[in-house]
Amino acid sequence: MAPKDIDRRTILKSCGVLAMSVAAVGQPGRAEAQVQVAPQLGPPSIATRLTVNGQEVAFDLDARTTLLDVLREHLDLTGTKKGCDQGQCGACTVHVNGRRVNSCLTLAAMHDGDTVTTIEGLASPSGLHPLQRAFIERDGFQCGYCTPGQIMAAAAMLEEARRGAPSHATADLTAVLSLTDAEISERMSGNICRCAAYPNIVAAIRDAAEGGAA
Amino acid sequence: MIGRAVSRVDGPLKVTGGARYAYERQDFGRAAVGFILGASVAKGRIVRLDTAAAERAPGVLHVMTHWNAPAQGPRDGSLPDQFGRPWPVLQGERVSWFGQPVALVVAETFEQARSAAALIDAAYETEAGAFDLASHAHLAYAPRTAAVGLATDSVLGDLDAAMASADVTIDQNYTTPAHFAQPMEPQSCLAHWVGDDLHVRPSAQGVAGARMALARTIRIPRERVHVDTAFVGGGFGSKLRVHEEAVFAALAARVIARAVKVAQTRRQVFTITGRRPETIQRVRLAASRDGRLTGVGHDVNMQGTSREEFVEQTATVLRSLYAAPNRLTRHRVTDLDVGLGEAVRGPGELPGLLAVESAMDELAHELGLDPIELRILNEPERDPERNVPFSERRLVECMREGAARFGWSARAARPGSRREGDELIGIGMAAAIRMHFQGATRAAVHMGRDGRVVVRSDMTDIGTGTYTILAQVAADALGVPLARVTVELARSDLPPSPGSGGSWGASNSSNAVHRACESLKEKVFGSSNASGFGRADLTSVVSRRFPDGVEGEGSIVGMADDPNYRNFSQHTYGASFAEVAVNTVTGEVRLRRMLGVFAAGRIINSKTTRSQLLGGMIWGVSSALHEAAHVDPRYGNVVNGDLAEYVVPVHADIPAALEAVLLDGIDDKANPLGMKGVGELGVCGTGAAVANAVFNATGVRVRDFPITMDKLLAALPPAF
Ligand code: FES
Ligand code: FES
Repeated sequence: MAPKDIDRRTILKSCGVLAMSVAAVGQPGRAEAQVQVAPQLGPPSIATRLTVNGQEVAFDLDARTTLLDVLREHLDLTGTKKGCDQGQCGACTVHVNGRRVNSCLTLAAMHDGDTVTTIEGLASPSGLHPLQRAFIERDGFQCGYCTPGQIMAAAAMLEEARRGAPSHATADLTAVLSLTDAEISERMSGNICRCAAYPNIVAAIRDAAEGGAA
Repeated sequence: MIGRAVSRVDGPLKVTGGARYAYERQDFGRAAVGFILGASVAKGRIVRLDTAAAERAPGVLHVMTHWNAPAQGPRDGSLPDQFGRPWPVLQGERVSWFGQPVALVVAETFEQARSAAALIDAAYETEAGAFDLASHAHLAYAPRTAAVGLATDSVLGDLDAAMASADVTIDQNYTTPAHFAQPMEPQSCLAHWVGDDLHVRPSAQGVAGARMALARTIRIPRERVHVDTAFVGGGFGSKLRVHEEAVFAALAARVIARAVKVAQTRRQVFTITGRRPETIQRVRLAASRDGRLTGVGHDVNMQGTSREEFVEQTATVLRSLYAAPNRLTRHRVTDLDVGLGEAVRGPGELPGLLAVESAMDELAHELGLDPIELRILNEPERDPERNVPFSERRLVECMREGAARFGWSARAARPGSRREGDELIGIGMAAAIRMHFQGATRAAVHMGRDGRVVVRSDMTDIGTGTYTILAQVAADALGVPLARVTVELARSDLPPSPGSGGSWGASNSSNAVHRACESLKEKVFGSSNASGFGRADLTSVVSRRFPDGVEGEGSIVGMADDPNYRNFSQHTYGASFAEVAVNTVTGEVRLRRMLGVFAAGRIINSKTTRSQLLGGMIWGVSSALHEAAHVDPRYGNVVNGDLAEYVVPVHADIPAALEAVLLDGIDDKANPLGMKGVGELGVCGTGAAVANAVFNATGVRVRDFPITMDKLLAALPPAF
């Protein structure tokens, strides 16, 4: 993955250019004349293949592009939301190879060959996913902006619980895990809902879990 | 249909990712991306802004600074429509608050725009600024009015004399921090020009305000601005006006002759978007031994800025709440060099009731009275300051119903007396009151030959359920199934409304739609027999006699033009109850359960209303326990300006045992449908209920909100 068209020299050279423009104190009009070599320090683009919602996609994009922005800006899958772009809200949650990740915190180029599922890929041709139905029924949202992230996180979380993965709320690590409301809340705490639909989201997840859904 | 627990009609779109919010719209092909650069000082002057490297960076299409920004309409704080005021960007070298936008970089991609913005070399000459309220409080001035035109001061009788002669008094200061709305969708806008017409997809609570603000800023006729904000990812006041991102998108799209989209980064939502002002509040209560209030006083000093006056109506919460002959409420503002004050959910009520309802709890404790009994003793018969009747008054009912449901009688009157292991347990309550507003609103309803109904209004749905409740209102009035009704909202070519914000959207637009339906029926049947028809009648008459369908229009006037506003004091009410556990080792407060009982007139949709109230209650909890923006007194920046450091509630903070109950009823003085709003009501008093529960648990009264571990721990009794 080492970018081939950036080497130590170009980086140093471009730093030099930066330093020069920094030196052009208070005379913005003159800055241009001082810079003779203007290396286009563009980042490399990296060829990447993904399977997104069952479809193979290939792209050659700016190495800085996050998985989130590939989905939203290049594949027009805008169901995955950008709430903070810093890994602090969970709005961007998708599944990568079956596990939930904050897609804003990971570069697309790191996922060559990976399988990604987004909210657009959760429903089946026969209808909505049980979590999606439960969110509607329980009114597990208001503005809807955190909702795709909540639902994707919930789907993966139910799978984690099924495998018996413990959480901070698990009192007895040796007992069979029971998915109490406290367990659901703890495991969903990476997903902020500013509309604060929390009680309804937990109820929806409980319904879906009890229905053997997900 | 009215009152039923109907699931949101836009639910399927929202749970499948099909609802497109501003930045996600694809209406104009592939848009260029703008990235805002903010100032890294709070006060001073730009002395260097070298954009050469940014301009040469790959993919960059345009760099805008105060040197090349297009001319814009000047700020004008005197324009009465606050949200339609011009909002010019890049107006020179002055920097007036930390994060103030100083440049916009437009590039082909987000990555390019962001990295080019980092190449801009900016330097500032800084000046000493005023950043914290406490050390500048002596500079406070009296504003001309508080928000919504409410009086700055109210005086009745002589509060000082009442305090001097009272058996028991409370005289305490309470402080509340700067507070941010932080909707999950950051403020964003997509803009595109077609000839002289500007098309925008902002994230806005109101279409008319966004349209007017952009028209005045860009200096084009209002009719040339076309707004569409079909889905909005929350607002809570912070999208009542469009901010710099919308102006930047519009300006840049014209310069590069291509669609441009700009979103605030989450950190920018803590600088460019405004905040609820920090406050210092003094509450005075004078009472006789038997618990009758002889005087009430509320003095609020809040931070402001010299750039635009915003006076949160914090000192109004006491004006209609309790009876007392001697009364004094006052708003004062202290200008600081910080981000603008703006409306944040529960403007006035959230901080005001935190203080006032804490003080009432303190008084009850002093008197040895049950807090509910104290409030009932001081229940007014008429509005105590306006001396007009209440349209309805259901506070006592809310408190009694809540007490019974919550098990209030089990409360230990002596604080700190209930212990479970390392935890102290307490319960508390508080009352809620919220003024009801009304804004001029129009709507149109069309029934086609096929019986399909289309409801049209520029009203928004910011999570409030507008799509759903307006469909219910029309289905109910026209006697058609819900599935036959389509609701079109949030476009500037639709009949105007004042938008969402202030808990008035549902009642404004529902009443306008209801009247539009009445007018439609009148056109079909003639005025004589508009009522008393069956479902088959209307649709079959329309299909037989109206080949092009039939349209009705309806409206509701603003409160200034409604005599019921002069003649009655109109409010919504509530009572909230909280149980907390305080860990004596760590000082951590955990909410165990909570109940709110509310009265807000007729409810159109019991499901979405309950959700909105629960959400509001959680905001209340958060105001008591979690949220505070910390401003560095040296540099004026918000030091915890992101969602990791600015602590908003997450799932684990909120127990499943949270319930909101609505009392059935109709406020027939409010409007034809007898409905009022609930958007703010849930936040009203809920924070104080939690604070009072913490006192009941521990005997410690924290008056500096939020009640964090550090403030509690020192005062707690030893753990063992
Ligand atoms: S957008 Fe990824 S965590 Fe917030
Ligand atoms: S539904 Fe609005 S943020 Fe969760």
